[in-house]
Amino acid sequence: MNEYNFAYLDEQTKRMIRRAILKGLAVPGYQVPFASREMPMPYGWGTGGVQVSAATLTPEDTFKVIDQGADDTTNAVSIRKFFENTAGVETTEETEKATVIQTRHRIPEAKLREDQIIVYQVPIPEPLRFLEPRETETRKMHSLEEYGLMHVKLYEDISQHGAISTAYAYPVKVSDRYVMDPSPIPKFDNLKLEMDAIQLFGAGREQRIYAVPPHTKVVSLDFEDYPFEATKANHPCDLCGAEDSYLDEVIMDDAGNRMFVCSDTDYCRSRREVGHVGRLAKEDAA
Amino acid sequence: MIELIDVSKTFTLHNQGGAVIPVMERATLKVLPGECVALTGASGAGKSTLMRVIYGNYLAASGQVLVGGLDVAQAEPREVLALRRETLGYVSQFLRVVPRVPTLEVVAEPLLAIGCDKQVALDKAAGLLARLNIPKRLWTLSPTTFSGGEQQRVNIARGFAHEYPAMLLDEPTASLDAQNRETVLSLIEEAKARGAAIVGIFHDVGARDRVCDREINVSDFTPGMAA
Amino acid sequence: MTPLLQVKGIEKRYGARIGCTDVSFDLYPGEVMGIVGESGSGKSTLLNCMAGHLEPDAGQVIFDTRADGPVDTVTMSEPGRRMLSRTDWAFVHQHARDGLRMSVSAGGNIGERLMAVGDRHYGAIRDRAIDWLGRVEIDVTRVDDRPTAFSGGMQQRLQIARNLVTGPRLVFMDEPTGGLDVSVQARLLDLLRGLVREMGLSAIIVTHDLAVVRLLADRLMVMKGGHVVEAGLTDQVLDDPQHAYTQLLVSSVLQV
Repeated sequence: MNEYNFAYLDEQTKRMIRRAILKGLAVPGYQVPFASREMPMPYGWGTGGVQVSAATLTPEDTFKVIDQGADDTTNAVSIRKFFENTAGVETTEETEKATVIQTRHRIPEAKLREDQIIVYQVPIPEPLRFLEPRETETRKMHSLEEYGLMHVKLYEDISQHGAISTAYAYPVKVSDRYVMDPSPIPKFDNLKLEMDAIQLFGAGREQRIYAVPPHTKVVSLDFEDYPFEATKANHPCDLCGAEDSYLDEVIMDDAGNRMFVCSDTDYCRSRREVGHVGRLAKEDAA
Repeated sequence: MIELIDVSKTFTLHNQGGAVIPVMERATLKVLPGECVALTGASGAGKSTLMRVIYGNYLAASGQVLVGGLDVAQAEPREVLALRRETLGYVSQFLRVVPRVPTLEVVAEPLLAIGCDKQVALDKAAGLLARLNIPKRLWTLSPTTFSGGEQQRVNIARGFAHEYPAMLLDEPTASLDAQNRETVLSLIEEAKARGAAIVGIFHDVGARDRVCDREINVSDFTPGMAA
Repeated sequence: MTPLLQVKGIEKRYGARIGCTDVSFDLYPGEVMGIVGESGSGKSTLLNCMAGHLEPDAGQVIFDTRADGPVDTVTMSEPGRRMLSRTDWAFVHQHARDGLRMSVSAGGNIGERLMAVGDRHYGAIRDRAIDWLGRVEIDVTRVDDRPTAFSGGMQQRLQIARNLVTGPRLVFMDEPTGGLDVSVQARLLDLLRGLVREMGLSAIIVTHDLAVVRLLADRLMVMKGGHVVEAGLTDQVLDDPQHAYTQLLVSSVLQV
């Protein structure tokens, strides 16, 4: 513990990141540049999210990390351990008990509260990059609110696939102003982007931080005749029977058997604890 | 309607030592509505040059070229364009059209350009083509592939589609058979009857005598040839 | 009648070298003006200054906007100018790939300007894209193909459709037929002529090809060394050129 400043980063760096966070909250959806630091993990492992979490955590916080909804994958475990070691904060797997949640590619199923902060790991913060690779041009497009190009992408989806096939990182317009990449969460989660908690987004490699304050209007882009749909597998969870949660498909064998389980492991566990049972729950227990 | 006052025309050949070639001096003439004037003179005397000066295709060096009150020698391009659209028609010897446009539309174009109703314009074009004996099966084809005589008749039909108050005719009856020549001459007579002022070049003496009210010998304006 | 575009005393220098200088003219609605001259004569510099791609060192480019009447686009705010270039202006590049999004389907390319001005009905956008493919004589079954699969002439026609779909009033064209086969050129010119006439477009066409201006332009401006040396009716300038340079230019064309 003595070798590290609280939460790894030095205080000056945390101040710099907090300024970026505050600016991001003041201008919802706007990508604030920040001087991303080298972190003791490779880019792509959540360096942006880790820096935002480090600047956000206080000693009293309870920290939770999820990766694709799960608390027990390598990435989630490593980052949780990292802050246990460098900040000494309490950690939890329960969404209810956490005050700061760092996430990769999901929003927890449980409704988040005003006293919670969710930190997203973002690989590519620029939603316009798909069609316009020049950063100078995309920044100008944001400042002038020229977002026609975003719909060109959706148009291409429909013309090539018959429907908007973008299933994750589905672009949204925040507070009627900035178009934002919500990080690669499934579009099923887009509806949850209007929430009570503070949402912070960190992109380490790209050196950008952006934010959505509580109770902010977040609209998923669409066409009048192809409205946005928050889709999920049409199936209940095979472990807890939940019909309202985002599901992962698990291939069981090479005979074509498969099961669908909640991607949010904490949600699934808490439902099973209070007695909900899915189709394959028994076999799984055995 | 058409009036030239002391018009002269020179060509300056900058790339041949700046040679200045005067081709027309103090050309003065006046054509009233309903009048047809024939330009005469030896080949090279400047009949075509004079026509082109009136049309604004050649720039007069000095003098006034008044058509319908507009001095073509001094006017802005858009004024000349408007004049050509509404007031001054020019039937040249050669048909110059965009490939692929059907004959009927080529003939109707001057009418469409002044905002005429499309059906009215096409009906009128059809009437003229029929009068000039262009077979109906050719109307939907581009005239670029027609024979010389057919092209000439299409050109005349186009020139007479809109009832211009002033017209320039360059050999309108050349290479036409007797029947079509007759039709063209009656078109000219009809134009005169409705009050058009016409300046023309007619090598066909019979045609000249029939439709022209007077002759102007352009040799009088040719430098060094004037008597 | 108010001119659609008034260009007053435009000058652009590259250091000590003159790009173009002292260029002034009025363009009226429905007029098509050609600008000819050899490479380096300043015609492309002038076009880019007028279209807002380059900032002139002096002069005004006054456009008669729908909302506010004549406005100097040089001093206008950038958002205003960019909005203009998506709605009332169009720019056809010499190289189609500079004016197209090569990774987006033909339909998406045409639809972009519609979506940029707020169209949000996929079916309607697609119908207009298909309509425009037909108008520029591209097989409508190719609406979902990318321009990378198109020939040079098709790409150029697609670029034109993409530009004209919002019904602009002024089109800037930079060598629109450059680099195309002669037969393809003729078809493109014919198409452009029809569209200009049908839509009542005003256009400024930069080219070094006199046949292009003879066919398309009502008026002609001849440039040399950054200066306008002669201007007037197209047929008058070509048939009775007054300036030494224009005479040289006209006499240099090979007769076929």
